[in-house]
Amino acid sequence: MKKYQSSDPFKDARVTSGCAHMNDQDDPVTMILRLKDVRKTAHNWKTFQSGATPGRIVIPSEVNIRDTRQIPFEVDPPLHGSFRSLLDPWFKRPLEEHYQETLAQQVNALVDDVLKAESIDVVEDFALCLQSRALTLLLNTDVGEADTWISWGTHVFRSEDDPLDGDKAAILYDYIDEKIKASSPNPEGDLYSVLLAAEVEGKKLTHEEIKGIMILTFAGGRDTVINAVTNTISYFAQHPESLDRLRKEPEIIGRAIEELIRYFTPLTQMGRVVTQDTQVCEHAIKANSRVSLCWASANRDESVFESPNDVILDRKLNPHVSFGFSHHNCLGATHARQIMRVLIETLVAKVGSIDIIDFEENIENLGEFERKVGFRQLNINIHPR
Amino acid sequence: MAKITFITQNNIPVVVEGEAGSVMALAVENNIAGIDGDCGGVCSCATCHVHVAQEQFALVGEASEIEKDMLELDDDANEYSRLCCQIDITPALDGLVLTVAG
Ligand code: HEM
Ligand code: HEM
Ligand code: FES
Repeated sequence: MKKYQSSDPFKDARVTSGCAHMNDQDDPVTMILRLKDVRKTAHNWKTFQSGATPGRIVIPSEVNIRDTRQIPFEVDPPLHGSFRSLLDPWFKRPLEEHYQETLAQQVNALVDDVLKAESIDVVEDFALCLQSRALTLLLNTDVGEADTWISWGTHVFRSEDDPLDGDKAAILYDYIDEKIKASSPNPEGDLYSVLLAAEVEGKKLTHEEIKGIMILTFAGGRDTVINAVTNTISYFAQHPESLDRLRKEPEIIGRAIEELIRYFTPLTQMGRVVTQDTQVCEHAIKANSRVSLCWASANRDESVFESPNDVILDRKLNPHVSFGFSHHNCLGATHARQIMRVLIETLVAKVGSIDIIDFEENIENLGEFERKVGFRQLNINIHPR
Repeated sequence: MAKITFITQNNIPVVVEGEAGSVMALAVENNIAGIDGDCGGVCSCATCHVHVAQEQFALVGEASEIEKDMLELDDDANEYSRLCCQIDITPALDGLVLTVAG
């Protein structure tokens, strides 16, 4: 089996039933597997709510390890829209030239480093550094902060033996508490200062609200970006001809980014809490139970995507939901896409080939399904052009 | 060559000229407010939504199934909606007027 492959464990259930069931800490989940159903459910926020008990829409549920509501993630319209109006312009900054130049410098330096090394673990030595340094740009904070975030390791929320480790999550909460306290309002400053200066619906944000926003930029943008970057490297290791092709046809890089993000779907699913008895694709769903929007399955829906299990770098029509859909679509998507662009451009310019030495996959257990979402370790040799 | 007019949120018409490529790309190049083109034109983001002037709809034609499915769940969509990344610029589009949705 090819190492980059990300299989489609949901196929049979998607085709025959459209739904599947998984248990999670005695709060079971109905997984929604078809693209159209996922989209409709994501759009219908009145029946499928995000603003439930904090942590409940995440799978595995985080209700036992946190009380802070993540904003805008765990807020429903119309308040959700007010927060998005505040945050959207800030999270579009990756479109600015200066941002892109600095990001390119960061990625160039990192790639130069790993080209010199004997061998590297892509997860720890590359993707984590890239993600952390790039996040300093998104927060408009000192690049030195990245060293602190890198020192937390890839698993800031969990320890080896406990996937839901409240004590570990506390490191991040304490860090953010300190940062907010040490900042003062400044609309031109870093994200903490900007939020301290901001108003939503005519009111200043509380400490708890700012914390809920900041935590999300760390939590939502960490594993997802690391998975996207690591999977992309594994793909190019198996497909040196794709590096050649993108060198000759740089105009398809935009499509290649979307296709790699569709194919690998770095965030498998996200939940909603059902507010009234309802139905999804003819399955009855009870009020106060949970559903999941299974982005990973929707992205392989054979009724929409031709050859869904192939990476077609210049796929022209690609209505994937890797960044979610409708109101809660990913706030970090502009940043994530820019990371992918700079990464691919840098690899194309500098890298001739990549050899995989060994690896350990990161497999999620989702009831009857097992899905590879990325790697725990991916050791490679990387060679210059 | 085609001259295309975009009417943005504050009702200001902006006229731009394009040779080829998608209407979304032309709008982004010219910083048309409300056309972001986040997904680069693969029909996954709906940040390129426009309303075509009724009498000109035949010029651009119907959306594909995939595009219609995207528009169906867009609260601002009407029967003259298109995702303009799916419209290719041709000389036939000269004089087209598009109102930015949303
Ligand atoms: C390839 C990388 C990424 C992927 C695949 C991804 C995926 C997603 C998905 C699927 C959602 C929708 C969740 C839902 O509907 O409940 C989402 C929401 C969100 N993501 Fe991302 N994400 C990525 C990177 C980032 C980054 C870099 C950040 C910020 C630093 C970020 C911040 C957020 C936030 C704040 C939300 C909530 C938006 C809202 O509720 O309005 N994400 N992301
Ligand atoms: C304070 C906020 C959060 C905490 C404490 C937290 C905690 C956790 C924990 C404990 C895990 C490990 C679960 C396991 O391995 O079984 C995890 C995994 C994950 N979380 Fe979160 N989470 C938070 C917010 C988010 C948000 C907002 C998103 C996305 C929008 C997200 C995306 C993910 C992803 C993609 C994984 C799987 C990563 C992997 O195994 O590679 N998290 N999170
Ligand atoms: S640019 Fe994304 S759908 Fe048109």
